Amino acid sequence: MWETHCKPGAKMTDSKYFTTTKKGEIFELKAELNSDKKEKKKEAVKKVIASMTVGKDVSALFPDVVNCMQTDNLELKKLVYLYLMNYAKSQPDMAIMAVNTFVKDCEDPNPLIRALAVRTMGCIRVDKITEYLCEPLRKCLKDEDPYVRKTAAVCVAKLHDINAQLVEDQGFLDTLKDLISDSNPMVVANAVAALSEIAESHPSSNLLDLNPQSINKLLTALNECTEWGQIFILDCLANYMPKDDREAQSICERVTPRLSHANSAVVLSAVKVLMKFMEMLSKDLDYYGTLLKKLAPPLVTLLSAEPELQYVALRNINLIVQKRPEILKHEMKVFFVKYNDPIYVKLEKLDIMIRLASQANIAQVLAELKEYATEVDVDFVRKAVRAIGRCAIKVEQSAERCVSTLLDLIQTKVNYVVQEAIVVIKDIFRKYPNKYESVIATLCENLDSLDEPEARAAMIWIVGEYAERIDNADELLESFLEGFHDESTQVQLQLLTAIVKLFLKKPTETQELVQQVLSLATQDSDNPDLRDRGYIYWRLLSTDPVAAKEVVLAEKPLISEETDLIEPTLLDELICYIGTLASVYHKPPSAFVEGSRGIVHKSLPPRTGSSESAESPDAAPSGAPPSEQPAVIPTQGDLLGDLLNLDLGPPVSGPPVATSSVQLGAVDLLGGGLDSLLRSDVGGSPAMGGTSFTAPSAVMPANLGPPPSGGLGDLFDLTGGVGTLSGSHVAPKTVWLPAMKAKGLEISGTFSRQVGAISMDLLLTNKALQVMSDFAIQFNRNSFGLAPAAPLQIHAPLAPNQTVEISLPLNTVGSVMKMDPLNNLQVAVKNNIDVFYFSTLYPLHILFVEDGKMERQMFLATWKDIPNENEAQFQIKDCPLSADAVSSKLQGSNIFTVAKRNVEGQDMLYQSLKLTNGIWVLAELRIQPGSPSFTDLELSLKCRAPEVSQYVYQAYETILKN
Amino acid sequence: MIHSLFLINCSGDIFLEKHWKSVVSQSVCDYFFEAQEKAADVENVPPVISTPHHYLISIYREKIFFVSVIQTEVPPLFVIEFLHRVADTFQDYFGECSETAIKDNVVIVYELLEEMLDNGFPLATESNILKELIKPPTILRSVVNSITGSSNMGETLPTGQLSNIPWRRAVVKYTNNEAYFDVIEEIDAIIDKSGSTVFAEIQGVIDSCIKLSGMPDLSLSFMNPRLLDDVSFHPCIRFKRWESERVLSFIPPDGNFRLISYRVSSQNLVAIPVYVKHIISFKENSSSGRFDVTIGPKQNMGKTVEGVIVTVHMPKAVLNMNLTSTQGSYTFDPVLKVLTWDIGKITPQKLPNLKGIVNLQSGAPKPEENPSLNIQFKIQQLAISGLKVNRLDMLGEKYKPFKGVKYITKAGKFQVRT
Repeated sequence: MWETHCKPGAKMTDSKYFTTTKKGEIFELKAELNSDKKEKKKEAVKKVIASMTVGKDVSALFPDVVNCMQTDNLELKKLVYLYLMNYAKSQPDMAIMAVNTFVKDCEDPNPLIRALAVRTMGCIRVDKITEYLCEPLRKCLKDEDPYVRKTAAVCVAKLHDINAQLVEDQGFLDTLKDLISDSNPMVVANAVAALSEIAESHPSSNLLDLNPQSINKLLTALNECTEWGQIFILDCLANYMPKDDREAQSICERVTPRLSHANSAVVLSAVKVLMKFMEMLSKDLDYYGTLLKKLAPPLVTLLSAEPELQYVALRNINLIVQKRPEILKHEMKVFFVKYNDPIYVKLEKLDIMIRLASQANIAQVLAELKEYATEVDVDFVRKAVRAIGRCAIKVEQSAERCVSTLLDLIQTKVNYVVQEAIVVIKDIFRKYPNKYESVIATLCENLDSLDEPEARAAMIWIVGEYAERIDNADELLESFLEGFHDESTQVQLQLLTAIVKLFLKKPTETQELVQQVLSLATQDSDNPDLRDRGYIYWRLLSTDPVAAKEVVLAEKPLISEETDLIEPTLLDELICYIGTLASVYHKPPSAFVEGSRGIVHKSLPPRTGSSESAESPDAAPSGAPPSEQPAVIPTQGDLLGDLLNLDLGPPVSGPPVATSSVQLGAVDLLGGGLDSLLRSDVGGSPAMGGTSFTAPSAVMPANLGPPPSGGLGDLFDLTGGVGTLSGSHVAPKTVWLPAMKAKGLEISGTFSRQVGAISMDLLLTNKALQVMSDFAIQFNRNSFGLAPAAPLQIHAPLAPNQTVEISLPLNTVGSVMKMDPLNNLQVAVKNNIDVFYFSTLYPLHILFVEDGKMERQMFLATWKDIPNENEAQFQIKDCPLSADAVSSKLQGSNIFTVAKRNVEGQDMLYQSLKLTNGIWVLAELRIQPGSPSFTDLELSLKCRAPEVSQYVYQAYETILKN
Repeated sequence: MIHSLFLINCSGDIFLEKHWKSVVSQSVCDYFFEAQEKAADVENVPPVISTPHHYLISIYREKIFFVSVIQTEVPPLFVIEFLHRVADTFQDYFGECSETAIKDNVVIVYELLEEMLDNGFPLATESNILKELIKPPTILRSVVNSITGSSNMGETLPTGQLSNIPWRRAVVKYTNNEAYFDVIEEIDAIIDKSGSTVFAEIQGVIDSCIKLSGMPDLSLSFMNPRLLDDVSFHPCIRFKRWESERVLSFIPPDGNFRLISYRVSSQNLVAIPVYVKHIISFKENSSSGRFDVTIGPKQNMGKTVEGVIVTVHMPKAVLNMNLTSTQGSYTFDPVLKVLTWDIGKITPQKLPNLKGIVNLQSGAPKPEENPSLNIQFKIQQLAISGLKVNRLDMLGEKYKPFKGVKYITKAGKFQVRT
């Protein structure tokens, strides 16, 4: 037990407070707290605090501790405050007892006590107390002592957290805004910090309304406040949007010295500001080059800090390297791995090494990677082996060395090394076909040691793909077939495809095998993906082996160099979040931060002052030529979809229409599920099980009936993306010309597009008493050159009360004049009575042409090319459709899905469409699948002629809502 | 901002918790323990862990995990920097940052944490200011306090808190005015099998110990400032002056602090002071291997290389090692499989050598990986980059201070692959 009187010279430590755990402890403490002796009291409070620290419940002592509060001993006061903050919540009534002392302390002549009181009061999260806090807080915010003011600024944030309404009602937010102009930099920094925190929970409020004057104040304070204050100010600056490149440059100049700060968080926040504002600077500027040079050293220096700091720095460097590879291109060596780096640092370094790999440094990189492949840590070794494969794909000149390195590694027979090597060799085959197949024999030797699905699938793919060169391919595949049901889906799908390939190459010997696998897949499997694929192959093989060959053995598109680049839009957003958690997770904060109530998406500022200004949207694209743009292909997770897509890839030769021999019965058998399955495949994503059967197949409007070539024809249409037979969405007819305005002639109509032909469907009603005849129609010049392709043919005169329905074919070769709104069409109709004029708005999607599907690579390149200021964002509200349904609906109207990805639970559709006048519009559609509460779609449109975006959006909305 | 802090020892006990906002239950640490278990090695626990409602950002220092809980988007580097600052402060106050020291001084720890962070915002982290607010424990003071009943808490507002030089106390007085600068350079290098340098750079710092009265304004200039192109400064340094004149001009904090840290990376400037000849090989199917390592001086500018220690993490299959050394002594830890060879000073006339037999577990396959050699050494009175202080001038005060500069070069992460 604890001794009350310390003998002089005895070792005084606090560990004695931990020795008391017995029952009567609380009782004893109570007695000591009420002791007359100051020293005894203090020791008792210390003991209470110590118990509290280790999580013991000492709340029963509340009244006794609060009694000690009225003291002139600062230490005792602080200790009591500590206790209060911890327990006031559970004892709100008792806490009231402390209010008077607080209020009194807020008037104390000693600023330390004033600040302490207001600070502690803010920490007591009890409503009754906060009411009493307002007056003292107001005084403290205007206190003569800056120490008190800066403490009070933080207190506003605390109070806001407890009771936001109160803070607003009391006008504290305005006072806080005034503090941004305070003469003391520390007060400024704390005000900024408090406002930022409040703004985070109120994204819409315009709390940090930054203008050039306030920016100037912040920049001045930046030089003089503490390191932590600098972080707050820099983060705040990063949200500012300079009005032009000159302002951006001047801010950059004043922020650059922060790059030499010893605190790494200051450095990274400064990097964020610079990376963001750099976007506005012209690349021709000397200053741009200088800035690039200045960014490299501080980033490298971060790597010599503690491992935890290194990790965060590396995650951010990963983003920076993708956005601006030129900054660190000469710094490869600092990313070389040391054997005693923590594993999380090793993996990140490896990733960046691959990103920086180029022809110039590839020899060094490969030597390093080979070294790593013999290390002890399994995860790291695997990643190193994979990295060798990525090098081969990225730097063509190194492919041969990479392959031989991989073969050396396979010779080691270390199980996981072999498996990784096989997975990457498969990718190398796809990048450089017919070049390294001589190594297949070596690979086959290791067949038995493969036990991971990915490696097995890769090996099976290789065997199937090169079946004609492997003598015993059938035996090899048969050996896998034995345990078919125990394999993972990935392997099963791959095995199915490989055996079909084998059959098409060597039909005579393998008939039995293919029948076996098809029946396993279609009859004995519960997996809809597998079953569907099995059925497709089965039908193909049984109806038209030639077509089957064209489909299954189609030439594959080459794999592209980078497999895991972050999408450009996401990357730009993440650059705005450098140094934050978002940058560590490589996800926008909206995707993971709890309680982020509608976080505002940040975006990089548009570049100004250079030749690619906004005035000429059709001007030459900025940046590198499209051929240099790395393309994104699905990562490992999407492997399955990728392969599926490949197998069904666009036939290269031979007209797909040759499938007319297909029985219509086949269509029935395949059913709607197939349609939607195929549609989702177009996006190169895994067609997920259940959905392919449950999703409604709204492929073709019912009135059109099945096209003559049936299901398979449809299949080719979809994958080929040409000659879709279905028509686009048709709105119901509306009255364009009321009878009373046109002497009894009523015209209602709508526009439609079917099989590439635009028509204006009109309904003419004679509501007059006389017969109408001699009809003619003419269009005024319009934005897209719409004109009647044939005269309006109404053969018989229109008797009173008679209605005639007519479809007027249109073309787009008429004269062009820009209208406002863009889709306005002015029409003149003449009959025997008079000439009538009316105008109508046509939906833009009648102008979407059938060959509006862009190649993936092209899409990416174009997306990057189109300047950011041409991007328009829209929201489509209340559209509870799944990605597949959306995609198929849109495709009906010639909006084509180029790719589909799933990013943090959201489906992203990348779509393209082309207008009759050749304008391409690219779209990114964000869908929250499966959440009934988030039915809004987010649509970003990019187009060289941004003025059409608005109308494309309207078209989207019309199509999706009908 | 930072919500809570938990201190956890290596055996997984939470021995201290501090909450700056509402109380977060200890159970949040379960996610940390899970990650710790997965990482196997304490050093491999990822520093940022996400849980359903919080984020845990942790550092590992002196066998203690400092785990902070955060709830909103916050710069992780800010949190990590702050946690290191907490650990530094404990070190500064208690002489060591250990579980015992923290438990022995739990109330001071609590007071410090309260003073360092308010509502998650850093308040006072400069040691000068903290020491004015809360006096560090000394045996003498606690004795005096217990007799007189006085407190170890400052009663006045720390002077540095709000001035433009928050790092310095106002009334500093010394009888002996001294300013010492230690130029310490560490060589980080990776040397490959054949002895050529894969990567090398110098991490340098200038640590200062300044005990000068009043408000001295110092300028430190170098013979060859061009070496310093990648530098991080203490906030006291005037950046403009450095940009224009390459002179370090500053009003120093009182006591010990790091003035600058710098990096010299251009390959030709990094001299490698030692070389290693090594044969480490394992025979196929014989469960034994050969070990033969010699170390010698190279490019050491005529100075002696001393304090040389070679550490080797041998493969798991190694049972024990029978070696003889011509100089120094060696130990092999059969549990961790670490060979440590403490050599001491290298004399060029007789190069230290360690050789002998490595015994493997019988039946174990020949180890695939080749162990790397980790080398430590020291060279006194030499900054390997060639950096030299030219002069130190003082303005603002009248007395003549005693000035001193010391140079030392050490091995940082110096690895030789075999």
